[in-house]
Amino acid sequence: MDILNALVAITNYILIPATAYGSQLALGALGVTLIYGILRFSNFAHGDTMAFGTAITIMVTWGLQAMGVSFGPLPTALLALPVGIAATAVLVLATDKLVYSYYRRVRAAPVVIVMVSVGVMFMMNALTRFLIGVDDINFADGARFVITAREFRDMTGLAEPLPIRSSQIITIVMAALIVAALFWFLNRTRTGKSMRAFSDNEDLALLSGINPSRVVAVTWIIAAALATTAGVLYGLDKSFKAFNYFHLLLPIFASAILGGLGNPLGAIAGGFVIAFSEIGVTYAWKKVAGYLLPAFEPDGLLQLLSTEYKFAVSFVILIAVLLFKPTGLFKGKSV
Amino acid sequence: MSQHQPKEAWGGQWRAPVLFAIMAALLVFEGLSNGWNGALGIINMGLISAILALGVNVQWGYAGLFNVGVVGFVALGGLAPVLIAMPPTPGAFKAGGLGVLLALAVAIVTLGLAVWINKTQAKRIRLIAIPAALIAGFFAYRALLDPAVAMIEAINPSATGYLGGLGWPTLIAWPVGALMAAAAAWAIGKTALGLRSDYLAIATLGIGEIIVSVLRNEEWLGRGVMNVNGIPRPWPVPYEIDLQNDPGFVERMASFGLDPVTGSTILVKLLYTGLFAVILLALIWASEMALKSPWGRMMRAIRDNEISAAAMGKHVTKRHLQIFILGSAVCGLAGAMMITLDGQMTPSSYNPLRYTFLIWVMVIVGGSGNNWGSVLGGVLIWYLWIKAEAWGPDMMEFVTAQMSEGSLKQHLIDSAAHMRLLTMGLILLLVLRFSPRGLLPEK
Repeated sequence: MDILNALVAITNYILIPATAYGSQLALGALGVTLIYGILRFSNFAHGDTMAFGTAITIMVTWGLQAMGVSFGPLPTALLALPVGIAATAVLVLATDKLVYSYYRRVRAAPVVIVMVSVGVMFMMNALTRFLIGVDDINFADGARFVITAREFRDMTGLAEPLPIRSSQIITIVMAALIVAALFWFLNRTRTGKSMRAFSDNEDLALLSGINPSRVVAVTWIIAAALATTAGVLYGLDKSFKAFNYFHLLLPIFASAILGGLGNPLGAIAGGFVIAFSEIGVTYAWKKVAGYLLPAFEPDGLLQLLSTEYKFAVSFVILIAVLLFKPTGLFKGKSV
Repeated sequence: MSQHQPKEAWGGQWRAPVLFAIMAALLVFEGLSNGWNGALGIINMGLISAILALGVNVQWGYAGLFNVGVVGFVALGGLAPVLIAMPPTPGAFKAGGLGVLLALAVAIVTLGLAVWINKTQAKRIRLIAIPAALIAGFFAYRALLDPAVAMIEAINPSATGYLGGLGWPTLIAWPVGALMAAAAAWAIGKTALGLRSDYLAIATLGIGEIIVSVLRNEEWLGRGVMNVNGIPRPWPVPYEIDLQNDPGFVERMASFGLDPVTGSTILVKLLYTGLFAVILLALIWASEMALKSPWGRMMRAIRDNEISAAAMGKHVTKRHLQIFILGSAVCGLAGAMMITLDGQMTPSSYNPLRYTFLIWVMVIVGGSGNNWGSVLGGVLIWYLWIKAEAWGPDMMEFVTAQMSEGSLKQHLIDSAAHMRLLTMGLILLLVLRFSPRGLLPEK
């Protein structure tokens, strides 16, 4: 029984939250890695693109709620999501036209484009704050739980509860659908194939008649869709605060680099590795230890690192990857 | 970095003096219209900003290294005045000092051991031995650190609850701050340099966030978010209250027609200005000499064409590491000076917008690669940043004057603060796009 309780506690505090968080990171890292593969720079503005998309989605959600529209048990934000994606796509396409296209034309050094993306990041950050302010916003509505703690206890008779929040299930299902659609697009459609060809060898792709501006535009639109979805799912799961999305940049980059920059499959794997290590290292294991080893009574919480240092986990993994395998787990581009 | 040879900048050799004269005139006007106290405040922080911009310019202008973690190096340098100049907390070192030092020693030995295993052992052994050493070391570190920290934080937590400093003169803390930042830069540069250029940017972003969160959370070190107040002033700067109690000083101020309160604050600020100006000039002299030396020519050769410099037998990664450490040390020095000027350490004020992004705007606007340009950019952007705090709401009032009262008008007025950030972002992008060489281009 104690072993079951321990398993339930692990599922409740680690498996489910880390899977949900990992899905959000994977979606974010997919956007970063696609931009890297095709446009060949690390987009520091990605976190704030997520924040912008989420802000628009929240504002549309408020509008829908004011009109009395709801999505049944699902959060209204999912209805507003397409509008958020469209607005973000318009924003990033405009940014590309006004800002990035010039640096592509003069073939600027990658580090210059990275700096430009930092400038874009701050403008997007200011734009988001201007639109929606800096407050913590909770915009999740609909059913809060798929299974509440009490229902689970009545069902199983275990001491340990296992509530399942609907936002977590929605995150995991949405992420799975989007990843499946993305891989279908990249591997089966003509545009997707031309994107992969462009990423593998730009000159060869141009020679075989691929239209570069079309590839770039499609990449930005997909990146906007991924960023907005990741941002909305993260906001539903936790809450929306513009500055938190800036802090997500580090785990997202760590995921993309761990998986190998430019490699979509790697970005997903990286996202889950980072999420599971982050949550596993900052979780207080005392409860689980109490079930498994009743004789062992520790003084502390058995927490390896306090939650304030969760970013240190991504950072340590990032440093280890840079030291030992700069191309990442799945061969990405390195130099 | 650009493909074609740019045109000679307007103004020729008179450009720099004219621009500096305009900047000085702006500051004098500020002093005459809003009082010298505020103007000197802007000048002092402007000088520190100029030193920061100089440090970033060494990295970007000399070597093309993109440091996105300036805030971390500034914060680390800011820790130095706390550790050096604050009086030691009575009993704290006896209670937990030894434990903390032992824990840090264990951490260093563990990392050294891991590096040694990695260098000497076969791959089979490495795979098991490195994680084993790191995990064992981590648990030993926590086992030593946690009780020591609990003891230190238990000592009078409302007033101290931290180790305290050494009680040495504050001026010593400045080079120590530079050394601490240099050590962090060495660790980061060693891992991230030599790979593609984006990796350094991402790694510095990470170290910046981590240093700031360490300062926020490790209360035994610098009291965390409870802040450290009353950091002693550096050598020539007196306290206002002592001056006001000095009859000779009051008399002298009266002969200038100043009341002692205004006179003493202005004198204190002037002394800081002098101190900062001396350091700034020394740094500029040193970097100008370095830039003119064979070393500086090699650096520029590496920046302009890494491949051909490497073909000439220059060790590009080592030189990059060198310059990354130097630039970060200057940022650490500026961080220590800033905490000394404020007289308090407030970890929650370390905001990347203010300490990374704004410094970058200063370097780019001033002219990357030109030391005087960084100084001009540092003072000018700081001046604009401070003034925009007042101008923003005024401007928004003006823009919305014709609008009817309502939530939109209120929203726009409340958003004026965000407009300041937007404007700085816009300035950065416009300068990068249309005038990438900045106000004072590199010669």
